[in-house]
Amino acid sequence: MKTLKIDPLDIVVTGVGGQGNVLASQVLGRALLTAGYEVTVGETYGLSQRGGSVTSQVRVSSGPVLGPMMPDHRATAIVSLEPLEALRLLGAYGHPGVVVLTNDRPLRPLGVLAGEQSYPETDELKATLEGLCGRLYWLPATAAALELGNHILANVVLLGALCGLDLLPIDASEVEAALGEMFPETKMAPNREALAKGLALVREV
Amino acid sequence: MADVSKLTPGQKVLLQGNEAIARGALEAGVSLAAAYPGNPSSEILQTLADSAHSAGIYVEWSTNEKVALESAAAASYAGLRGMASMKQNGVNVAQDFICNLTISGIKGGLVLVTCDDPSGVSSTNEQDARFIARVACLPLLEPATPAECLSMMKLAFELSEEIGNLVVLRGLARLSHTRAGVTPGPLPEAKPRPHWDPNERWFTIPVVPKHQVMLDKLAQAGKILTAAGVNYYDGPVRPELLVIASGSSRLYADEARRLVGANERVGILHMGATWPLDQELILEHLARAEKILFAEEVDPHLESGVKSIYAQQVRELGLKDFYGQETGHKPPIGELSPSRVAGALADILGLPWQETDPSYLEKAKAAQALVAPRQVGFCPGCPHRASYWSMKQVLAADGREGIVSGDIGCYTMGVLPTGYQRVNAVHCMGSGPGIASGLGKLRGQGLEQPVISVVGDSTFFHAALPALVNARWNNSDYVLVVLDNSATAMTGFQPHPGTGATAMGQAGTVVDVEQVCAGLGLPYAVVDPYDLEATQEALYDALQIGGGLRVLIFRRTCALVQGKQGGHPWRMSVDPELCRGEDCGCNRFCTRVFRCPGLVFDAATGKATVDEVVCVGCGVCAQICPAGAIQARPKEATA
Repeated sequence: MKTLKIDPLDIVVTGVGGQGNVLASQVLGRALLTAGYEVTVGETYGLSQRGGSVTSQVRVSSGPVLGPMMPDHRATAIVSLEPLEALRLLGAYGHPGVVVLTNDRPLRPLGVLAGEQSYPETDELKATLEGLCGRLYWLPATAAALELGNHILANVVLLGALCGLDLLPIDASEVEAALGEMFPETKMAPNREALAKGLALVREV
Repeated sequence: MADVSKLTPGQKVLLQGNEAIARGALEAGVSLAAAYPGNPSSEILQTLADSAHSAGIYVEWSTNEKVALESAAAASYAGLRGMASMKQNGVNVAQDFICNLTISGIKGGLVLVTCDDPSGVSSTNEQDARFIARVACLPLLEPATPAECLSMMKLAFELSEEIGNLVVLRGLARLSHTRAGVTPGPLPEAKPRPHWDPNERWFTIPVVPKHQVMLDKLAQAGKILTAAGVNYYDGPVRPELLVIASGSSRLYADEARRLVGANERVGILHMGATWPLDQELILEHLARAEKILFAEEVDPHLESGVKSIYAQQVRELGLKDFYGQETGHKPPIGELSPSRVAGALADILGLPWQETDPSYLEKAKAAQALVAPRQVGFCPGCPHRASYWSMKQVLAADGREGIVSGDIGCYTMGVLPTGYQRVNAVHCMGSGPGIASGLGKLRGQGLEQPVISVVGDSTFFHAALPALVNARWNNSDYVLVVLDNSATAMTGFQPHPGTGATAMGQAGTVVDVEQVCAGLGLPYAVVDPYDLEATQEALYDALQIGGGLRVLIFRRTCALVQGKQGGHPWRMSVDPELCRGEDCGCNRFCTRVFRCPGLVFDAATGKATVDEVVCVGCGVCAQICPAGAIQARPKEATA
């Protein structure tokens, strides 16, 4: 078994049902398993396509098989397809050193749309996230995905961004290979572009 | 799901717990697998269905869990291996059969997989289905990892065949939906040809001697399971604290002792087989520790079992300190987690334990005030939103405080705001028409409220039929609304009798809801819930008729399925000139009252807008806007 700089490496992938975070965590899990690590991907779904919060946990180690749930407040990184979800998850998994990568596009909860609850202003949300993590990457993942023609690619954009940081023991080409196991070649072109776009986004930061 | 029969033996792959259960069944040579969809178990049968042709087996979505297990038992009597998978609620549905099957016995290996859902993430309860092992005296296996899901399925079939009784394998939602490395083994070369020897007969009488045989089988299972080595100890020879754990809790306990730095002080007795309990092994380890903690989900199954074993040997073992549900070290409700176990270990051993810097925790907790809860609701374009909207309007217009009896499916969310909290009661599959049937018979005693029972198309066939026959027979007065979205949508769009498709993708026979109604002599009509006016007229009229049971079928394909079939026809927009917004009149009627996530109120302009990423274009909201500001144009014309 290969060694890891951070062991266990615990990555939370979160968002709202339908945004594709289960797929993103599965791709990450496959790539890390192929690279020779012990991987556990815990997924929570059931009402996942119905507007609820959906969280997956990608747990990587060089040693014993880990359970599907990480300890509270020990995540290495939180990857979020929706900015409010990043803040929600910091309440469970955050600590002063955690790395947060989040899409900047809000998806307002139903209570907010109905006017019963409020959604924080962008500046306040961003500043609060910044105050609760070691590094914040506030990324226009949906905007980037829409430029590629489909908002659903935001998950792959964020995977590309994650590959651009110094956290994973694998690089974007290994993630691309894992995507290739799950998509037919005809659908790979936009996925490749989305990965590249994500990489470019964190290099700009 | 993937065809897991194509996996290469010896080559490690990332498999979901449910996929590993399916692969284990194939490696064990299962010939017939049946199930009724129910999260978290649904992927097991779907995986087997998608592997069925290449594996040469028969896989079926059955009308309910009892029928699924009965079909699997048929394979067993014909000398083949069978299995049924279900969620915890399904075990209740199948229980009557199980409690008789365990006395009559079986021939070919027969396995029941229950996937429990601690915390009820996708369930109406968090029942611990392990009770069935005690009630029916069945061996019970509890894997902790996808790799164990595979190996324990193989063991379960072997064990079942050897003792001649059903074996239960219990998964958990977290495990069902966990992906981890699994190394598949070989698939069997050939399977026996099915034949039921006419000299073999399977029934429960005489009951008392066969009851004894059942107990003997359980004792035999205990010996086999001990030899199989699925229970094992990991830790120091004489631990200060012994954790007795099963399922995912074994991994949580292992991680927790690392977290609190107590690897040298804490031992874990991993219980892979949790019924019957291995008395000898448990006594051996109780003798070596003074403190014992239980880690399991949800009920104190191990806790009560181990304490009962201890009570028989208390003189030899001396006094022990037990920690678990009774001492508050294991919660009586909800899931366990590594942090919860770490907290228990720290408390018992007197160790310091903090999750992170306390000032950070305080700050993160305070920040949660900004985070609105994300309540689940109907998808954009969901026909159920339109259906409940019509029920809300009609019951308000009717004015007699009508009651809606709910049932199980996406439309259970009728209890929540996007269903306008129009549903008054929800319990289990098929209980809605039963409750309505009773209500509809209280007319003679003065009940004046109209009664509606809502039931989905898949639920209609699962368990609603006996209640409908009851209502027809006894002339109960209510309106049955079949919310027919042509899918078992909640669990992943499995086919059902009304769709006519089968699990293996072959054409079955369509069992038509209308024909069933006609056969029962029930008056019925079909409406499209997207057409609010027609739906409301039909429902209002049906409520006024009175008399016996009558049926309205609200038929409109699930919005997600429509999306896959080419999508909805409309591009929605809001004319800001016409939108009254907050200023005058409607007080944000569309976003505040109608509540489709595709509609957003723009506080800056004081007008509603359409979120184009979210809206699917069903066109329903154009019918509810009092100002006519929400407009539907054909997508093609605007593209």
